[in-house]
Amino acid sequence: MKKIYAKPEYCMACRLCEIACFVKHSKSKKIIKAFREERGEFQARIIVEQSGPVSFALQCRHCEDAGCIEACLTGAMTRNPDGAVVCDENKCVGCWSCIMVCPYGVINHDRRRKKIAAKCDLCPDKNTPACVEACPNEALVYE
Amino acid sequence: MRHKQNLVEFKIIRDRERCIQCEVCARQCAFEAHIFDADAREMESVDALCAGCQRCVSLCPTRALTVIKNPQEFRPDSYWTKNVLQGIYKQADTGGVLLSGMGTDKIYKSYWDRILLDASQVTNPSIDPLREPMELRTYLGAKPEKIELRSVGKTRKPRLAVKLAPQLRLETPIMFSAMSYGAISYNTITALARAAAKSGTFWNTGEGGFPKALYEYAPHTIVQVASGRFGVHSGYLNAASAVEIKIGQGAKPGIGGHLPGEKVSRLISETRMIPEGSDAISPAPHHDIYSIEDLAQLIGALKEATRYEKPISVKIAAVHNAAAIASGIVRAGADIVAIDGFRGGTGAAPTRIRDNVGIPIELALASVDERLRKEGIRHRASIVAGGGIRNSADVVKAIALGADAVYIATSALVAVGCHMCQKCYTGKCNWGIATQNDYLVKRLNPDIASERLSNLLKAWSREIKEMLGGMGIDAIESLRGNRLRLRAVDMTDTEMTILGIKPAGESL
Repeated sequence: MKKIYAKPEYCMACRLCEIACFVKHSKSKKIIKAFREERGEFQARIIVEQSGPVSFALQCRHCEDAGCIEACLTGAMTRNPDGAVVCDENKCVGCWSCIMVCPYGVINHDRRRKKIAAKCDLCPDKNTPACVEACPNEALVYE
Repeated sequence: MRHKQNLVEFKIIRDRERCIQCEVCARQCAFEAHIFDADAREMESVDALCAGCQRCVSLCPTRALTVIKNPQEFRPDSYWTKNVLQGIYKQADTGGVLLSGMGTDKIYKSYWDRILLDASQVTNPSIDPLREPMELRTYLGAKPEKIELRSVGKTRKPRLAVKLAPQLRLETPIMFSAMSYGAISYNTITALARAAAKSGTFWNTGEGGFPKALYEYAPHTIVQVASGRFGVHSGYLNAASAVEIKIGQGAKPGIGGHLPGEKVSRLISETRMIPEGSDAISPAPHHDIYSIEDLAQLIGALKEATRYEKPISVKIAAVHNAAAIASGIVRAGADIVAIDGFRGGTGAAPTRIRDNVGIPIELALASVDERLRKEGIRHRASIVAGGGIRNSADVVKAIALGADAVYIATSALVAVGCHMCQKCYTGKCNWGIATQNDYLVKRLNPDIASERLSNLLKAWSREIKEMLGGMGIDAIESLRGNRLRLRAVDMTDTEMTILGIKPAGESL
């Protein structure tokens, strides 16, 4: 299965990946409109972790032994045939069990509709995830 | 605080309609020209801190930023221009020498732009490089005076009887000129080394030493022995393909170098063999070279140290007496003479030196080639021209004026992201090139940069082949010193005489 990998040696913490992820998962998919109208309602599903000069972008690792799938009360969190861990937003009730067990802290609330656990979905409708496409320094690779 | 007379150089225009307060600009600007005002939830810009490097403009995801030259002028005066006044104000403020990075930006006549190339029509066929072989391979080093052959074995096969001097084999007549690790970042030299190896040409360590981790690129490396002798040891000399003695640099002839201690990190200190955090000062002259005879001794010593297996190059800045000096260099035993024109770049130079010392490479190159030919010693050394080579046409013109190959550095840095803001000396290069700052060096990914450099060399090589083909020439060797294929426009008779070319419109 293809995953997104971060290269901390080339990550410059510009956070363009976060912006691209936010826009990709927004309603309008238009950067200015999305930021104007939806900022604060939900977060990007990728986070740039930074400590001093070291930084890298982190998103769902689609763990083989995914705690979030086990912890999910309603069976919303499942592994799709490609191997990616995805959240069925129709089944999710917002109990936040997945958020508690995720060792990477990469699942967050989406407050737009009802309570939804939002996480990296590897942009299923794109060949390359939006964050990887947006990285100006190839510090994110999809392979 | 006293009142400042200076005008700010740049104006940052932020389109508030487009700005999404994502703070990318603030995170990318090492000069701290952008700040986020958390109370107002708005981005703010400080024009006075802007270096005009365009990093924020190029990374802004909504294209909300424009950086322009500040249109504010002093009272118009064609002699006491804005630049002149700014310089005086700055010096009156600080009492310091004005510093600049990169090559001079002053308006001097560009001879490249006044030279035109020939092409074949009717009487001699032009060649299509996509259909026919076209040779760009170049060998640098001393060539034998004449070829002697001897016959070997029963079949009496001819074999070369003269022993050839060591040569550098270039697949394209373009090399990366000296930029030291220290002046530029580790990632940048890695990219240069990789690209040189991939393209079959050479990169030059400058006087910054040769980091051990890059020894895998040694077959494509020229190492430098400069006045500070940083990082020079027998392993260094023997690892490389050629050794270059740096006498001078086009951007600052007659001036030494100074790498401030704060840039001397652990790896740089190891590579340069100096204590961590100490200033690396290269004296203006080599203190053991005060004459051509002294130079001959150093060339001899380096040849001895490398068992006569590597060509020795001597690099000088293009100065008034370049031709005579080059003649001395060749007679002192150098295999390659590198000449660096006054438009050559630098990490730091006093502005007045950068802008006023040296001569154009076109004139220096032509006069050196002419002098060596007249003295019958042109074959004893190859000529490499550098300092302001901007494109493949400049390369072709340089070769027709007598160069064997060219050195490029500014063009190479531009290829990897440099926007010529001339602030290299601050160590705050936002493009991750001329800096040792841990936050900034990561911005240059050597995988991307080396690919871009290889692309540049590939593109220029293709264009050179097209131009050669147009002239009906199928090997770059046939163009070398072939000034009959050049014509001048907008030049004086004296300039044309020095360049050895005819005015446009005059036939053979």
